[in-house]
Amino acid sequence: MLAMNYRGPRRVRIDHKPDPEILHPEDAVVRVTRSCICGSDLHLYNGSVPDTRVGMTFGHEVCGIVEEVGQDVEKLKVGDHVLVPFNIACGRCVFCQQELYGNCHESNSQATAVGGIYGYSHTAGGYDGGQAEYVRVPYANVGPTIIPEGMHPDDAVMLTDVVPTGYQAAEMGGIQPGDTVVVFGAGPVGIMAARCAWLFGAGRVIVIDHVEYRLEFVKNYAPAEVYNYKELDDVVVFLKQTTDWMGADVVIDAVGAEATGRAMQTLLGKKLHMVGGAATALHWAINSVKKGGIVSIVGVYGPIDTLVPIGNVVNKGLTIRGNQASVKRLLPRLIEHVQNGVLDPKALITHRIPLEEVSEAYKMFSAKLDNCIKPVLIPPSARV
Amino acid sequence: MKDEAKDIDNKVRDLENSVINPSQVKGWGIDADPKNDPTYPMKKRNNGEHAGYSWERPPQQPIDIEVLHSNERPNVSATFGTSVPPSGLSGVIRREAFNFSENSYGHWLPLMLADRINMVEGIVSDLARGHVPNIFGEMGWKADWKHDRANLVTKVVIGAALGTAVFALLRNRRKSRRTENYF
Repeated sequence: MLAMNYRGPRRVRIDHKPDPEILHPEDAVVRVTRSCICGSDLHLYNGSVPDTRVGMTFGHEVCGIVEEVGQDVEKLKVGDHVLVPFNIACGRCVFCQQELYGNCHESNSQATAVGGIYGYSHTAGGYDGGQAEYVRVPYANVGPTIIPEGMHPDDAVMLTDVVPTGYQAAEMGGIQPGDTVVVFGAGPVGIMAARCAWLFGAGRVIVIDHVEYRLEFVKNYAPAEVYNYKELDDVVVFLKQTTDWMGADVVIDAVGAEATGRAMQTLLGKKLHMVGGAATALHWAINSVKKGGIVSIVGVYGPIDTLVPIGNVVNKGLTIRGNQASVKRLLPRLIEHVQNGVLDPKALITHRIPLEEVSEAYKMFSAKLDNCIKPVLIPPSARV
Repeated sequence: MKDEAKDIDNKVRDLENSVINPSQVKGWGIDADPKNDPTYPMKKRNNGEHAGYSWERPPQQPIDIEVLHSNERPNVSATFGTSVPPSGLSGVIRREAFNFSENSYGHWLPLMLADRINMVEGIVSDLARGHVPNIFGEMGWKADWKHDRANLVTKVVIGAALGTAVFALLRNRRKSRRTENYF
Protein backbone atom coordinates (compact mmCIF):
# COMPACT_ATOMS: atom_id res chain seq x y z
CA MET A 1 0.00 0.00 0.00
CA LEU A 2 0.97 3.65 -0.25
CA ALA A 3 1.95 5.17 3.05
CA MET A 4 3.68 8.23 4.42
CA ASN A 5 7.20 7.35 5.54
CA TYR A 6 9.13 9.46 8.09
CA ARG A 7 12.82 9.76 7.19
CA GLY A 8 14.09 12.25 9.80
CA PRO A 9 13.38 15.81 10.93
CA ARG A 10 11.45 17.69 8.21
CA ARG A 11 11.78 14.78 5.76
CA VAL A 12 8.80 12.62 4.85
CA ARG A 13 7.90 10.81 1.63
CA ILE A 14 5.33 8.52 0.12
CA ASP A 15 6.42 4.89 -0.08
CA HIS A 16 5.12 1.39 -0.60
CA LYS A 17 4.73 -0.54 2.65
CA PRO A 18 3.14 -3.93 3.39
CA ASP A 19 -0.61 -3.82 4.06
CA PRO A 20 -1.49 -3.97 7.77
CA GLU A 21 -2.72 -7.31 9.16
CA ILE A 22 -4.98 -8.44 11.97
CA LEU A 23 -2.55 -9.03 14.88
CA HIS A 24 -5.05 -9.33 17.72
CA PRO A 25 -8.57 -10.85 17.81
CA GLU A 26 -10.08 -7.41 18.46
CA ASP A 27 -8.29 -5.68 15.56
CA ALA A 28 -9.84 -4.28 12.40
CA VAL A 29 -8.19 -3.06 9.22
CA VAL A 30 -9.68 0.13 7.82
CA ARG A 31 -9.33 1.42 4.26
CA VAL A 32 -8.59 5.10 4.73
CA THR A 33 -10.76 7.65 2.95
CA ARG A 34 -9.58 10.78 4.79
CA SER A 35 -6.56 11.44 6.98
CA CYS A 36 -5.64 14.85 8.35
CA ILE A 37 -2.27 16.26 9.26
CA CYS A 38 -2.56 17.50 12.83
CA GLY A 39 -0.64 20.37 14.38
CA SER A 40 0.77 17.82 16.80
CA ASP A 41 2.15 15.82 13.85
CA LEU A 42 4.47 18.78 13.35
CA HIS A 43 6.20 17.97 16.65
CA LEU A 44 7.04 14.57 15.17
CA TYR A 45 7.92 16.10 11.80
CA ASN A 46 10.34 18.52 13.46
CA GLY A 47 12.00 15.69 15.41
CA SER A 48 10.85 16.95 18.83
CA VAL A 49 9.25 13.75 20.14
CA PRO A 50 11.68 11.15 21.50
CA ASP A 51 11.60 7.66 19.96
CA THR A 52 10.23 8.74 16.59
CA ARG A 53 11.74 6.06 14.41
CA VAL A 54 12.65 6.34 10.74
CA GLY A 55 10.16 4.33 8.69
CA MET A 56 7.10 5.13 10.78
CA THR A 57 3.82 6.26 9.23
CA PHE A 58 2.13 9.18 11.02
CA GLY A 59 -1.55 10.05 11.09
CA HIS A 60 -4.03 9.90 13.99
CA GLU A 61 -7.04 11.67 12.45
CA VAL A 62 -8.61 9.06 10.24
CA CYS A 63 -11.89 7.91 8.80
CA GLY A 64 -12.52 5.11 6.35
CA ILE A 65 -14.25 1.86 5.51
CA VAL A 66 -13.81 -1.37 7.47
CA GLU A 67 -11.97 -3.83 5.26
CA GLU A 68 -11.36 -6.74 7.64
CA VAL A 69 -12.19 -7.60 11.24
CA GLY A 70 -10.64 -9.93 13.85
CA GLN A 71 -12.58 -12.88 15.26
CA ASP A 72 -13.67 -11.05 18.45
CA VAL A 73 -14.91 -7.88 16.78
CA GLU A 74 -18.68 -7.67 17.29
CA LYS A 75 -19.52 -4.01 16.87
CA LEU A 76 -18.24 -3.51 13.33
CA LYS A 77 -18.58 -5.37 10.07
CA VAL A 78 -16.81 -5.19 6.75
CA GLY A 79 -18.07 -2.21 4.76
CA ASP A 80 -18.98 0.00 7.73
CA HIS A 81 -17.94 3.63 7.33
CA VAL A 82 -16.17 4.63 10.53
CA LEU A 83 -14.38 7.50 12.14
CA VAL A 84 -11.46 6.43 14.29
CA PRO A 85 -10.69 8.40 17.49
CA PHE A 86 -7.02 9.19 17.81
CA ASN A 87 -6.77 7.42 21.20
CA ILE A 88 -6.31 3.66 21.21
CA ALA A 89 -8.38 2.46 24.14
CA CYS A 90 -9.02 -1.05 25.47
CA GLY A 91 -12.30 -0.19 27.20
CA ARG A 92 -11.48 -2.50 30.12
CA CYS A 93 -8.69 -0.95 32.17
CA VAL A 94 -9.63 1.17 35.14
CA PHE A 95 -8.90 4.38 33.24
CA CYS A 96 -11.10 3.47 30.27
CA GLN A 97 -13.78 2.37 32.76
CA GLN A 98 -13.73 5.92 34.08
CA GLU A 99 -14.02 7.27 30.53
CA LEU A 100 -10.41 8.46 30.48
CA TYR A 101 -10.03 6.94 27.02
CA GLY A 102 -6.95 9.04 26.33
CA ASN A 103 -5.19 7.39 29.25
CA CYS A 104 -5.66 3.69 28.48
CA HIS A 105 -3.21 1.40 30.25
CA GLU A 106 -3.38 -1.50 27.80
CA SER A 107 -2.40 0.18 24.55
CA ASN A 108 1.12 1.49 25.11
CA SER A 109 4.03 -0.41 26.59
CA GLN A 110 6.61 2.21 25.98
CA ALA A 111 5.44 5.00 28.24
CA THR A 112 3.02 5.03 31.15
CA ALA A 113 2.35 8.75 30.86
CA VAL A 114 0.45 8.46 27.59
CA GLY A 115 -1.97 5.95 26.10
CA GLY A 116 -1.60 4.54 22.61
CA ILE A 117 -2.03 6.98 19.73
CA TYR A 118 -1.97 6.10 16.03
CA GLY A 119 1.22 7.10 14.24
CA TYR A 120 2.60 9.11 17.10
CA SER A 121 6.12 7.72 17.74
CA HIS A 122 7.02 4.69 19.79
CA THR A 123 6.59 6.81 22.90
CA ALA A 124 2.86 6.60 22.12
CA GLY A 125 2.89 2.88 21.37
CA GLY A 126 4.64 2.42 18.03
CA TYR A 127 1.47 2.06 15.96
CA ASP A 128 1.60 3.00 12.30
CA GLY A 129 -0.87 5.76 11.56
CA GLY A 130 -3.46 6.47 8.94
CA GLN A 131 -1.63 8.68 6.45
CA ALA A 132 -1.76 5.61 4.26
CA GLU A 133 -4.21 3.57 2.23
CA TYR A 134 -4.92 1.20 5.13
CA VAL A 135 -4.51 1.27 8.89
CA ARG A 136 -4.64 -1.35 11.62
CA VAL A 137 -7.21 -0.38 14.27
CA PRO A 138 -6.78 -2.18 17.62
CA TYR A 139 -9.70 -2.63 20.05
CA ALA A 140 -12.19 -2.19 17.23
CA ASN A 141 -15.14 -2.79 19.60
CA VAL A 142 -14.23 0.33 21.56
CA GLY A 143 -12.89 3.25 19.52
CA PRO A 144 -14.17 3.27 15.94
CA THR A 145 -17.61 4.80 15.58
CA ILE A 146 -19.95 4.32 12.66
CA ILE A 147 -20.38 7.59 10.77
CA PRO A 148 -24.02 8.64 11.02
CA GLU A 149 -26.06 8.56 7.83
CA GLY A 150 -25.68 11.78 5.89
CA MET A 151 -22.61 13.08 7.71
CA HIS A 152 -19.95 14.40 5.34
CA PRO A 153 -16.63 12.51 5.64
CA ASP A 154 -14.84 15.85 6.07
CA ASP A 155 -16.93 16.48 9.20
CA ALA A 156 -16.38 12.89 10.34
CA VAL A 157 -12.61 13.09 10.13
CA MET A 158 -12.59 16.32 12.12
CA LEU A 159 -14.48 14.51 14.90
CA THR A 160 -11.53 12.18 15.47
CA ASP A 161 -9.41 14.86 17.16
CA VAL A 162 -9.80 18.55 16.33
CA VAL A 163 -13.40 18.98 17.48
CA PRO A 164 -13.15 16.88 20.69
CA THR A 165 -9.80 18.40 21.61
CA GLY A 166 -11.08 21.95 21.14
CA TYR A 167 -14.30 21.11 22.99
CA GLN A 168 -12.46 19.46 25.89
CA ALA A 169 -10.12 22.45 26.12
CA ALA A 170 -13.17 24.62 26.80
CA GLU A 171 -14.73 22.00 29.07
CA MET A 172 -11.58 21.71 31.19
CA GLY A 173 -11.65 25.48 31.56
CA GLY A 174 -14.75 25.07 33.75
CA ILE A 175 -16.19 28.11 31.96
CA GLN A 176 -19.01 29.78 33.86
CA PRO A 177 -21.60 32.05 32.20
CA GLY A 178 -20.06 35.45 31.56
CA ASP A 179 -16.43 34.34 31.90
CA THR A 180 -13.70 35.90 29.79
CA VAL A 181 -11.83 33.18 27.94
CA VAL A 182 -8.47 33.70 26.25
CA VAL A 183 -7.24 31.14 23.73
CA PHE A 184 -3.58 31.12 22.79
CA GLY A 185 -3.17 29.72 19.28
CA ALA A 186 -5.37 30.11 16.20
CA GLY A 187 -4.57 26.72 14.73
CA PRO A 188 -7.42 24.27 14.12
CA VAL A 189 -7.69 23.25 17.80
CA GLY A 190 -7.49 26.85 19.05
CA ILE A 191 -10.17 27.87 16.56
CA MET A 192 -12.41 25.03 17.76
CA ALA A 193 -11.70 25.82 21.42
CA ALA A 194 -12.74 29.44 20.84
CA ARG A 195 -15.92 28.29 19.08
CA CYS A 196 -16.74 25.84 21.90
CA ALA A 197 -16.04 28.37 24.67
CA TRP A 198 -19.33 30.03 23.68
CA LEU A 199 -21.18 26.72 24.08
CA PHE A 200 -20.22 26.74 27.77
CA GLY A 201 -21.48 30.28 28.26
CA ALA A 202 -18.39 32.44 27.86
CA GLY A 203 -19.11 36.17 27.99
CA ARG A 204 -16.07 37.13 25.96
CA VAL A 205 -13.64 35.13 23.81
CA ILE A 206 -10.22 36.47 22.86
CA VAL A 207 -7.76 34.68 20.57
CA ILE A 208 -4.04 35.48 20.45
CA ASP A 209 -1.71 34.41 17.63
CA HIS A 210 0.65 36.04 15.16
CA VAL A 211 -0.59 34.49 11.90
CA GLU A 212 -2.89 37.10 10.38
CA TYR A 213 -4.93 34.88 8.06
CA ARG A 214 -5.73 32.50 10.90
CA LEU A 215 -6.74 35.36 13.18
CA GLU A 216 -8.99 36.65 10.43
CA PHE A 217 -10.56 33.20 10.08
CA VAL A 218 -11.26 32.67 13.79
CA LYS A 219 -12.55 36.22 14.14
CA ASN A 220 -15.46 35.27 11.90
CA TYR A 221 -15.74 31.56 12.61
CA ALA A 222 -15.79 31.45 16.43
CA PRO A 223 -16.48 34.47 16.51
CA ALA A 224 -13.81 36.07 18.66
CA GLU A 225 -11.84 39.20 19.39
CA VAL A 226 -8.42 38.61 17.90
CA TYR A 227 -5.01 40.12 18.57
CA ASN A 228 -1.62 39.66 16.99
CA TYR A 229 0.88 39.44 19.86
CA LYS A 230 3.60 40.83 17.61
CA GLU A 231 1.71 44.09 17.54
CA LEU A 232 1.51 44.25 21.33
CA ASP A 233 4.35 45.44 23.56
CA ASP A 234 3.57 42.83 26.18
CA VAL A 235 0.72 40.39 25.65
CA VAL A 236 0.21 39.82 29.38
CA VAL A 237 -0.07 43.51 30.20
CA PHE A 238 -2.46 43.91 27.28
CA LEU A 239 -4.70 41.11 28.54
CA LYS A 240 -4.69 42.54 32.05
CA GLN A 241 -5.58 45.95 30.67
CA THR A 242 -8.43 44.64 28.53
CA THR A 243 -9.92 42.73 31.47
CA ASP A 244 -10.02 45.75 33.77
CA TRP A 245 -6.65 44.75 35.24
CA MET A 246 -8.01 41.43 36.52
CA GLY A 247 -6.81 38.88 33.96
CA ALA A 248 -8.96 36.35 32.16
CA ASP A 249 -11.10 33.85 34.06
CA VAL A 250 -9.96 30.99 31.85
CA VAL A 251 -6.95 30.71 29.56
CA ILE A 252 -6.51 27.89 27.07
CA ASP A 253 -3.10 26.85 25.73
CA ALA A 254 -3.79 25.50 22.26
CA VAL A 255 -0.24 25.97 21.04
CA GLY A 256 2.12 23.52 22.72
CA ALA A 257 5.74 22.86 21.96
CA GLU A 258 6.14 24.83 18.71
CA ALA A 259 5.38 28.26 20.15
CA THR A 260 7.17 31.39 19.06
CA GLY A 261 7.43 34.70 20.87
CA ARG A 262 10.15 34.26 23.53
CA ALA A 263 13.75 33.88 22.45
CA MET A 264 14.88 31.72 25.39
CA GLN A 265 11.97 29.31 25.02
CA THR A 266 12.55 29.05 21.28
CA LEU A 267 16.26 28.40 21.71
CA LEU A 268 15.96 25.74 24.39
CA GLY A 269 12.71 24.16 23.24
CA LYS A 270 12.77 24.35 19.46
CA LYS A 271 16.39 24.69 18.43
CA LEU A 272 18.34 22.71 21.05
CA HIS A 273 15.52 20.34 22.17
CA MET A 274 16.88 20.66 25.71
CA VAL A 275 13.37 20.99 27.18
CA GLY A 276 10.01 19.52 26.24
CA GLY A 277 9.17 22.32 23.83
CA ALA A 278 8.89 26.10 23.75
CA ALA A 279 6.35 26.72 26.51
CA THR A 280 5.76 30.35 25.61
CA ALA A 281 1.98 30.06 25.37
CA LEU A 282 1.75 28.27 28.70
CA HIS A 283 4.00 30.87 30.28
CA TRP A 284 1.72 33.63 29.01
CA ALA A 285 -1.37 31.68 30.06
CA ILE A 286 -0.21 31.38 33.66
CA ASN A 287 0.67 35.05 33.80
CA SER A 288 -2.46 36.38 32.12
CA VAL A 289 -5.14 34.36 33.92
CA LYS A 290 -6.70 36.00 36.97
CA LYS A 291 -6.02 34.93 40.55
CA GLY A 292 -7.95 31.75 41.28
CA GLY A 293 -8.42 31.22 37.55
CA ILE A 294 -8.12 28.11 35.42
CA VAL A 295 -5.52 27.26 32.78
CA SER A 296 -6.54 24.51 30.39
CA ILE A 297 -3.78 22.85 28.38
CA VAL A 298 -4.35 20.93 25.16
CA GLY A 299 -1.16 22.05 23.43
CA VAL A 300 1.20 19.10 23.16
CA TYR A 301 4.57 19.12 24.91
CA GLY A 302 7.40 16.61 24.97
CA PRO A 303 7.92 14.31 27.93
CA ILE A 304 10.86 16.15 29.47
CA ASP A 305 10.80 19.31 31.59
CA THR A 306 9.33 22.58 30.32
CA LEU A 307 10.06 26.07 31.61
CA VAL A 308 7.01 27.71 33.16
CA PRO A 309 6.58 30.17 36.04
CA ILE A 310 5.28 27.56 38.47
CA GLY A 311 5.75 29.94 41.41
CA ASN A 312 3.00 32.12 39.97
CA VAL A 313 0.68 29.12 39.82
CA VAL A 314 1.01 28.76 43.57
CA ASN A 315 0.92 32.44 44.40
CA LYS A 316 -2.14 33.08 42.21
CA GLY A 317 -3.98 29.97 43.36
CA LEU A 318 -4.46 28.64 39.86
CA THR A 319 -5.98 25.40 38.73
CA ILE A 320 -4.20 23.78 35.82
CA ARG A 321 -6.00 21.10 33.85
CA GLY A 322 -4.88 19.13 30.84
CA ASN A 323 -5.39 15.85 29.06
CA GLN A 324 -5.50 14.21 25.69
CA ALA A 325 -9.12 14.52 24.60
CA SER A 326 -11.30 11.57 25.55
CA VAL A 327 -12.78 11.35 22.08
CA LYS A 328 -15.13 8.41 22.70
CA ARG A 329 -16.65 10.10 25.77
CA LEU A 330 -17.37 13.29 23.84
CA LEU A 331 -18.49 11.88 20.50
CA PRO A 332 -22.25 11.47 21.18
CA ARG A 333 -22.61 15.15 22.16
CA LEU A 334 -20.35 16.41 19.38
CA ILE A 335 -22.05 14.35 16.67
CA GLU A 336 -25.30 15.96 17.84
CA HIS A 337 -23.74 19.43 17.58
CA VAL A 338 -22.54 18.73 14.03
CA GLN A 339 -25.85 17.26 12.94
CA ASN A 340 -27.77 20.20 14.41
CA GLY A 341 -25.49 22.68 12.68
CA VAL A 342 -24.11 24.09 15.96
CA LEU A 343 -20.59 23.14 14.88
CA ASP A 344 -19.29 23.18 11.31
CA PRO A 345 -15.90 21.44 11.49
CA LYS A 346 -15.32 20.96 7.78
CA ALA A 347 -15.16 24.73 7.34
CA LEU A 348 -11.64 24.53 8.82
CA ILE A 349 -10.38 22.33 6.00
CA THR A 350 -8.53 24.52 3.56
CA HIS A 351 -6.59 21.93 1.56
CA ARG A 352 -7.56 18.51 0.21
CA ILE A 353 -4.32 16.94 -1.00
CA PRO A 354 -3.58 13.59 -2.67
CA LEU A 355 -1.79 11.24 -0.27
CA GLU A 356 1.01 10.93 -2.83
CA GLU A 357 1.88 14.61 -2.21
CA VAL A 358 2.47 14.11 1.51
CA SER A 359 5.90 15.82 1.50
CA GLU A 360 4.43 19.01 0.06
CA ALA A 361 1.44 18.80 2.39
CA TYR A 362 3.66 18.69 5.48
CA LYS A 363 5.76 21.56 4.21
CA MET A 364 2.70 23.64 3.39
CA PHE A 365 1.13 23.06 6.81
CA SER A 366 4.30 23.54 8.83
CA ALA A 367 5.37 26.70 6.99
CA LYS A 368 1.76 27.97 6.89
CA LEU A 369 1.91 28.43 3.12
CA ASP A 370 -1.10 29.26 0.94
CA ASN A 371 -3.18 30.29 4.00
CA CYS A 372 -3.29 26.68 5.13
CA ILE A 373 -5.37 25.97 8.22
CA LYS A 374 -6.19 22.27 7.96
CA PRO A 375 -4.90 19.89 5.27
CA VAL A 376 -6.55 16.55 4.59
CA LEU A 377 -4.79 13.75 2.72
CA ILE A 378 -6.93 11.69 0.38
CA PRO A 379 -5.70 8.28 -0.81
CA PRO A 380 -6.16 7.35 -4.49
CA SER A 381 -9.04 4.91 -3.89
CA ALA A 382 -11.07 7.61 -2.13
CA ARG A 383 -10.67 10.05 -4.99
CA VAL A 384 -12.49 7.86 -7.50
CA MET B 1 23.37 -14.15 55.95
CA LYS B 2 21.28 -14.37 59.12
CA ASP B 3 21.53 -10.57 59.57
CA GLU B 4 20.41 -9.98 56.00
CA ALA B 5 17.31 -12.13 56.54
CA LYS B 6 16.58 -10.22 59.74
CA ASP B 7 16.89 -6.92 57.85
CA ILE B 8 14.39 -8.07 55.24
CA ASP B 9 12.03 -9.25 58.00
CA ASN B 10 12.24 -5.84 59.63
CA LYS B 11 11.59 -4.07 56.34
CA VAL B 12 8.50 -6.20 55.68
CA ARG B 13 7.29 -5.47 59.19
CA ASP B 14 7.83 -1.74 58.64
CA LEU B 15 5.79 -1.94 55.49
CA GLU B 16 2.98 -3.80 57.25
CA ASN B 17 3.08 -1.25 60.03
CA SER B 18 2.66 1.56 57.52
CA VAL B 19 -0.71 0.23 56.35
CA ILE B 20 -3.18 2.14 58.47
CA ASN B 21 -6.88 1.47 58.64
CA PRO B 22 -8.34 4.93 57.82
CA SER B 23 -11.58 4.33 59.71
CA GLN B 24 -9.57 4.13 62.91
CA VAL B 25 -8.04 7.56 62.36
CA LYS B 26 -9.74 10.25 64.40
CA GLY B 27 -11.79 12.57 62.18
CA TRP B 28 -11.41 10.45 59.06
CA GLY B 29 -13.70 11.64 56.25
CA ILE B 30 -15.60 14.25 58.22
CA ASP B 31 -14.94 16.97 55.61
CA ALA B 32 -15.02 14.78 52.51
CA ASP B 33 -16.95 16.44 49.68
CA PRO B 34 -17.46 14.27 46.59
CA LYS B 35 -18.46 17.35 44.58
CA ASN B 36 -15.01 18.84 45.06
CA ASP B 37 -13.53 16.91 42.15
CA PRO B 38 -11.48 18.94 39.69
CA THR B 39 -11.36 15.99 37.29
CA TYR B 40 -15.13 16.28 36.59
CA PRO B 41 -16.45 15.74 33.92
CA MET B 42 -13.40 14.14 32.37
CA LYS B 43 -13.35 11.29 34.81
CA LYS B 44 -16.36 9.19 35.77
CA ARG B 45 -14.90 8.35 39.16
CA ASN B 46 -15.43 4.79 40.36
CA ASN B 47 -12.32 4.48 42.53
CA GLY B 48 -11.43 1.28 40.70
CA GLU B 49 -7.79 2.27 40.83
CA HIS B 50 -7.82 1.78 44.59
CA ALA B 51 -7.77 -1.95 43.85
CA GLY B 52 -4.55 -1.55 41.87
CA TYR B 53 -3.73 -3.29 38.58
CA SER B 54 -6.56 -5.73 38.99
CA TRP B 55 -8.84 -5.52 35.94
CA GLU B 56 -9.43 -8.44 33.62
CA ARG B 57 -6.90 -7.78 30.89
CA PRO B 58 -7.73 -8.05 27.16
CA PRO B 59 -6.11 -11.00 25.35
CA GLN B 60 -2.40 -10.47 24.80
CA GLN B 61 -1.25 -9.68 21.25
CA PRO B 62 1.43 -12.29 20.44
CA ILE B 63 4.82 -10.78 21.24
CA ASP B 64 6.69 -11.97 18.17
CA ILE B 65 8.80 -8.86 17.67
CA GLU B 66 11.00 -6.95 20.08
CA VAL B 67 8.84 -4.58 22.14
CA LEU B 68 10.56 -2.29 24.60
CA HIS B 69 8.53 -1.49 27.67
CA SER B 70 8.77 1.21 30.28
CA ASN B 71 10.17 0.01 33.60
CA GLU B 72 7.29 1.88 35.21
CA ARG B 73 4.97 -0.99 34.27
CA PRO B 74 5.34 -4.73 34.84
CA ASN B 75 4.48 -6.00 31.39
CA VAL B 76 3.87 -5.37 27.71
CA SER B 77 0.45 -3.81 27.08
CA ALA B 78 -2.22 -6.13 25.66
CA THR B 79 -1.81 -4.55 22.22
CA PHE B 80 1.21 -2.72 20.87
CA GLY B 81 2.41 -1.18 17.63
CA THR B 82 4.70 -3.03 15.29
CA SER B 83 5.81 -0.06 13.22
CA VAL B 84 9.61 -0.13 13.52
CA PRO B 85 11.24 -2.60 15.96
CA PRO B 86 14.60 -1.41 17.33
CA SER B 87 17.59 -2.26 15.17
CA GLY B 88 21.16 -1.18 14.45
CA LEU B 89 23.13 1.23 16.60
CA SER B 90 20.01 3.29 17.31
CA GLY B 91 18.34 0.10 18.56
CA VAL B 92 21.23 -0.59 20.94
CA ILE B 93 20.86 2.92 22.38
CA ARG B 94 17.08 2.60 22.65
CA ARG B 95 17.43 -0.68 24.57
CA GLU B 96 19.82 1.00 27.00
CA ALA B 97 17.46 3.96 27.38
CA PHE B 98 14.68 1.64 28.51
CA ASN B 99 16.79 0.64 31.53
CA PHE B 100 15.93 4.09 32.88
CA SER B 101 12.48 5.26 33.91
CA GLU B 102 10.38 7.93 32.21
CA ASN B 103 11.38 10.04 35.20
CA SER B 104 15.00 10.15 34.07
CA TYR B 105 17.01 12.10 31.52
CA GLY B 106 18.81 8.78 31.08
CA HIS B 107 15.69 7.62 29.27
CA TRP B 108 14.74 10.55 27.06
CA LEU B 109 18.07 12.05 26.00
CA PRO B 110 19.49 8.76 24.63
CA LEU B 111 16.20 8.26 22.77
CA MET B 112 16.67 11.65 21.11
CA LEU B 113 20.25 10.69 20.23
CA ALA B 114 19.02 7.37 18.83
CA ASP B 115 16.50 9.25 16.65
CA ARG B 116 19.29 11.31 15.10
CA ILE B 117 21.47 8.24 14.49
CA ASN B 118 18.45 6.49 13.06
CA MET B 119 18.13 9.26 10.48
CA VAL B 120 21.65 8.47 9.20
CA GLU B 121 20.83 4.74 9.31
CA GLY B 122 17.81 5.52 7.17
CA ILE B 123 19.94 7.15 4.48
CA VAL B 124 22.44 4.27 4.58
CA SER B 125 19.62 1.74 4.32
CA ASP B 126 18.13 3.63 1.34
CA LEU B 127 21.49 3.64 -0.43
CA ALA B 128 22.05 -0.05 0.37
CA ARG B 129 18.76 -0.80 -1.39
CA GLY B 130 19.95 1.20 -4.39
CA HIS B 131 17.59 4.08 -3.63
CA VAL B 132 19.08 7.57 -3.59
CA PRO B 133 16.77 9.61 -1.37
CA ASN B 134 15.45 12.79 -2.91
CA ILE B 135 16.10 14.87 0.18
CA PHE B 136 14.77 18.12 -1.27
CA GLY B 137 11.65 16.31 -2.44
CA GLU B 138 11.18 14.78 1.02
CA MET B 139 11.50 18.25 2.52
CA GLY B 140 8.61 19.39 0.35
CA TRP B 141 10.47 22.00 -1.66
CA LYS B 142 7.84 21.73 -4.39
CA ALA B 143 5.43 23.43 -2.00
CA ASP B 144 7.98 26.16 -1.36
CA TRP B 145 8.46 26.59 -5.12
CA LYS B 146 4.72 26.87 -5.66
CA HIS B 147 3.73 29.04 -2.71
CA ASP B 148 6.85 30.72 -1.34
CA ARG B 149 9.19 31.00 -4.32
CA ALA B 150 10.94 34.23 -3.32
CA ASN B 151 11.88 32.84 0.08
CA LEU B 152 13.09 29.57 -1.44
CA VAL B 153 15.22 31.38 -4.02
CA THR B 154 16.70 33.59 -1.27
CA LYS B 155 17.53 30.48 0.80
CA VAL B 156 19.15 28.76 -2.18
CA VAL B 157 21.16 31.86 -3.11
CA ILE B 158 22.37 32.37 0.49
CA GLY B 159 23.19 28.65 0.77
CA ALA B 160 25.08 28.67 -2.52
CA ALA B 161 26.99 31.83 -1.56
CA LEU B 162 27.96 30.40 1.83
CA GLY B 163 28.94 27.08 0.24
CA THR B 164 31.09 28.84 -2.36
CA ALA B 165 32.75 31.01 0.29
CA VAL B 166 33.58 27.99 2.48
CA PHE B 167 34.88 26.06 -0.55
CA ALA B 168 37.05 28.99 -1.64
CA LEU B 169 38.38 29.46 1.89
CA LEU B 170 39.32 25.79 2.22
CA ARG B 171 40.94 25.75 -1.22
CA ASN B 172 43.01 28.81 -0.45
CA ARG B 173 44.17 27.32 2.86
CA ARG B 174 45.15 24.06 1.17
CA LYS B 175 46.98 26.01 -1.54
CA SER B 176 48.93 28.13 0.96
CA ARG B 177 49.80 25.00 3.02
CA ARG B 178 51.10 23.30 -0.14
CA THR B 179 53.15 26.43 -0.95
CA GLU B 180 54.58 26.46 2.59
CA ASN B 181 55.58 22.81 2.25
CA TYR B 182 57.26 23.51 -1.08
CA PHE B 183 59.52 26.13 0.42
